[in-house]
Amino acid sequence: MIALLVRDLRLAMRAGGGFGLGLAFFLIVSTLVPFGVGPEAAILSRIAPGILWVGALLACLLSLDRIFQLDFEDGSLDLLATAPIPMEGIVAVKALAHWLVTGLPLTLAAPVLGTLMNLESPGHYWIFITLLIGTPALSMIGAFGAALTVGLKRGGLLLSLLVLPLYIPTLIFGAEAATRGTADLSASTPLLMMAGITAGSIALLPFAAAAALRVNLR
Amino acid sequence: MELRVENLTVARGGVPVLEGLDFTLSPGQVLILRGPNGSGKTTLLRTLAGLQPPLTGSVSADPEQITYGAHADGLKATLSVEENLRFWASVHGISDIAPAVDGFNLRGLLERPSANLSAGQKRRLGLARLLVTGRPIWLLDEPTVSLDVASVALFADAVRAHVAGGGSALIATHIDLGLQAETLDVGPFKADVNRRRGDTHRDAYADFDEAFS
Repeated sequence: MIALLVRDLRLAMRAGGGFGLGLAFFLIVSTLVPFGVGPEAAILSRIAPGILWVGALLACLLSLDRIFQLDFEDGSLDLLATAPIPMEGIVAVKALAHWLVTGLPLTLAAPVLGTLMNLESPGHYWIFITLLIGTPALSMIGAFGAALTVGLKRGGLLLSLLVLPLYIPTLIFGAEAATRGTADLSASTPLLMMAGITAGSIALLPFAAAAALRVNLR
Repeated sequence: MELRVENLTVARGGVPVLEGLDFTLSPGQVLILRGPNGSGKTTLLRTLAGLQPPLTGSVSADPEQITYGAHADGLKATLSVEENLRFWASVHGISDIAPAVDGFNLRGLLERPSANLSAGQKRRLGLARLLVTGRPIWLLDEPTVSLDVASVALFADAVRAHVAGGGSALIATHIDLGLQAETLDVGPFKADVNRRRGDTHRDAYADFDEAFS
């Protein structure tokens, strides 16, 4: 399983691997929003947590179809399915690799990019915490969607339609926690709800995704 | 470890393609699978490998004993030959890739990204993967595609060594590999789709023909 993680990370770093794709998209969104909304600092700092969250979510969505599609096309997925790793483990490792390549860089970049939107001082801390807890759920739910659509050519549109509704609870609680934290209100309720979604996805979705993969390999 | 198949029916896309298969693959045995294109050889191999469930019948073998060599080699273009091979070796818990490298004459290619390999070289790398799985039962789907004569001989040697070590192989191929092997022709096991559909369809066709006669 560690070998699979190392291979996926190495592939992501090599040419055409898609590392930085989500990050670049996130950077573009957070740079463009102040131009679109206008330079009014009060408005920007009010919408900053929400914009950062929506940007991170869309950036995450961008690279989802790569999780299983490439391995499916070159036959690796067949061979992995017969390898001595349980399918659930393959899904979990691939979701982890996706998070390390997409979710973690987004989380680290968000506080810096928040400055572009005049995010006020405790906000940097809150956007970091909420993304750190929330993005693993985005990768895991995304891996489930990718497993469902793995056999389809150009399944990206269907994948987005399947996954976006499932992302909404994470987005609502994540953005709410970040907004409340930034305004110095108690954020523990939305934060705990989001943590619950993340824990639940990590516990349950590898099994669902593995079942979907087995069906798609037939 | 023996692979025993009893009264097996395999289906592709829900339509049965082969039925009533009965055979045994014992250690030390090579079985060559013959049949025209589209006769269900690949479907049979995928079923035996556990990638799809059989329609009826049973396959008695531990999936952990079986390795499947598909049409696609499962290579990553941006990884080097050595990285590709080391990945599959560590997935199967094996650290020594030297026998596989020497067995398929890959020593001079180790540093090369697999994107720059020729079709035959890719195939050799794909076959070298079999040696790093350490599994006794090989299920191979047209392993000699795009190999030259010398590489086919390398492959035949690898199969001989594998069988001599107590392994076994079921190989779907259209060429003569020069191996001491038995042959299984899938032709007689072709599923009769019309019979399975039942007579209602054929009656409907008959009525249709009558109406226009």
